[in-house]
Amino acid sequence: MAERTVAVASRVGLHARPAMLFTQAVAAGGVPVTIARPGGAPVDASSILLVMSLGVPHGEEVTLAAEGPDADRLLDELVALLATDLDAPDAPAPSGAAS
Amino acid sequence: MTAAPVGAPAGVLHGVGVGRGAAVGPVALVRAAPAVDPGAPLVVDGVEAAPARVREVVERAFADVAAGLREQAATATGTVRDVLAATAQMADDTALRGQVLTRIDSGEPPVAAVDGVVETFAGMFEQAGGYLAERVTDLRSVRDRVVARTLGLPEPGVPYLDRPSVVVARDLAPADTAALDLTKVVAIVTELGGPTGHTAIIAGQLGLPCVVRVAGATGLEEGTVVAVDAAAGTVLPDPGEDVRAALERRRATEVMLADDTAPGATADGRAVGLLANIGTAADAERLVASAEGVGLFRTEVLFLDRATAPSVEEQAETYTAVLRAAAGRKVVVRTLDAGADKPLAFATLPDEENPALGVRGYRLVRAHPELLDTQLAALGRARAATGASPWVMAPMVATPDEARDFATRARAAGVDTVGVMVEVPAAALRAVDVLAEVDFVSLGTNDLAQYAMATDRLRGELADLLDMWQPAVLDLVAATARAGRATRKPVGVCGESAGDPLMALVLAGLGVTSLSMAPGALPAVRYALRRHTLLTCEEIADAALAARTAPEARAAALALVDHEVRTTLAL
Repeated sequence: MAERTVAVASRVGLHARPAMLFTQAVAAGGVPVTIARPGGAPVDASSILLVMSLGVPHGEEVTLAAEGPDADRLLDELVALLATDLDAPDAPAPSGAAS
Repeated sequence: MTAAPVGAPAGVLHGVGVGRGAAVGPVALVRAAPAVDPGAPLVVDGVEAAPARVREVVERAFADVAAGLREQAATATGTVRDVLAATAQMADDTALRGQVLTRIDSGEPPVAAVDGVVETFAGMFEQAGGYLAERVTDLRSVRDRVVARTLGLPEPGVPYLDRPSVVVARDLAPADTAALDLTKVVAIVTELGGPTGHTAIIAGQLGLPCVVRVAGATGLEEGTVVAVDAAAGTVLPDPGEDVRAALERRRATEVMLADDTAPGATADGRAVGLLANIGTAADAERLVASAEGVGLFRTEVLFLDRATAPSVEEQAETYTAVLRAAAGRKVVVRTLDAGADKPLAFATLPDEENPALGVRGYRLVRAHPELLDTQLAALGRARAATGASPWVMAPMVATPDEARDFATRARAAGVDTVGVMVEVPAAALRAVDVLAEVDFVSLGTNDLAQYAMATDRLRGELADLLDMWQPAVLDLVAATARAGRATRKPVGVCGESAGDPLMALVLAGLGVTSLSMAPGALPAVRYALRRHTLLTCEEIADAALAARTAPEARAAALALVDHEVRTTLAL
């Protein structure tokens, strides 16, 4: 079991666009990942509904966990994503909102 | 519900018209959520399906709904695309789908399983408030679509329009309007809603004929051609050639009236500024020649559906675009009016028990002064960049001290013409003291009526209490106009009532100096003013103020209106 703890950098917290980008990255990783608030129960990190329901505000830490050979690499990617302000105007576009 | 007048064609439906337009087109129904027994089993080929088969059908329904929404999102643009993409992502959600399938595997009927899981999430979201609470509409829309797809019922929700259509709904939520391709909407008809509600305002902005509170509207068959007449408040199925011809004549009259772009004035030359209400820079670019400027720029459009407030640079860019588009004409900018029916994720409190009476409008300065100061700074920058002199006003000001605080902040940011909205009865009653602090006031008659009559603007069934012709509301308008005359300062009106040609005569008679409205309403108001002297307008105002009830006030005003004007405008 690989684990990482990271503070959410997006100004709005893990909501809206940041939550969309994060859950899409988890789903694309192909490895089951969970996310939890400090002391909270872990939930499926690929579900935007569950992730948004956590209501993680800006600056609060979350713990990601995954298992398997690819887990470390994927978690490092996800940590980098959460440590970025995903609500900044130059953040990557969500893949679901193709224009 | 009024009875059909004698001689009215059979089948005509009656409601409350918004604006004066008319249109003919096929009905596109916004279908309500499927009303089904949540405990009903899934029946396939006359046989109750086994859990494994149910699982298959429901899983396919989720996939089809998500795929359908994604397909629509791909061809849509702007807000419509964003709403569709967000809803598609919910239909695709692994947890939502997984929990529903788990319940089905344990033998729960399909509709109950979907409802149970959706309501769990909806409950969590509503409790969280703010941005999440606004997503509940999307979540329920997924529920409705999946249930309909599972049971083989027609797709509920906003229809995908493939031709110019009359959109007919029980009610339209802001999310519904966002999901509509408005370029294909020729008219809007709703069973609920009120003449100052969200749907009516959007329709007015787009110049779409709209009739609200039409009982039986959703009983119309999909595709039936109907004639929608906002001036008469009627919806007529299968109109004959005579009706189509009459509506065409009306349209020609409107076009003729729209050709007149002279400044607004009474017959004897008393100027009444005729201005347009706008919400975006694009609205300003479309500003018709007949508008002498912008009487209300609703800046909250910049802030809605965002997780954080727009930066000073972004706001300055928008305000500069609006000032450039106005090309030297007057522009009145209203600072952020959030709260109550316009919640913002980053500013308003999600758990106010009584949001219409809570921290909204100018009161947000108590919790978030930086929002206002950023906005004023951006306006100062736009002023410097364009050399224009925008006016600025604050919404929901109740006291002279609030007016003074706002004026101090605005002047410090370099804006020199500062005013406040009069929407709270307290400000109307003490308008002389309020005007002593600022350069002008503008009456927001929708909220003024809401607060004077203690009637929620969003409660369609209370539309009679919210009537702008209520004598108590007219008294507050008259008191404000009187204060304007006494202090020799401008008093404008920027609520819906400014766009009603008959009410416009009353307002001019009371001494209101400018009227700001949906652009589509300008021609009729200009024409009505032009055909009456100031003295007649004053008599019309006196007659309305002397009445005891709203219908009597309107009738008394109408009795004094020039006959030709009544005929031409179908008043």
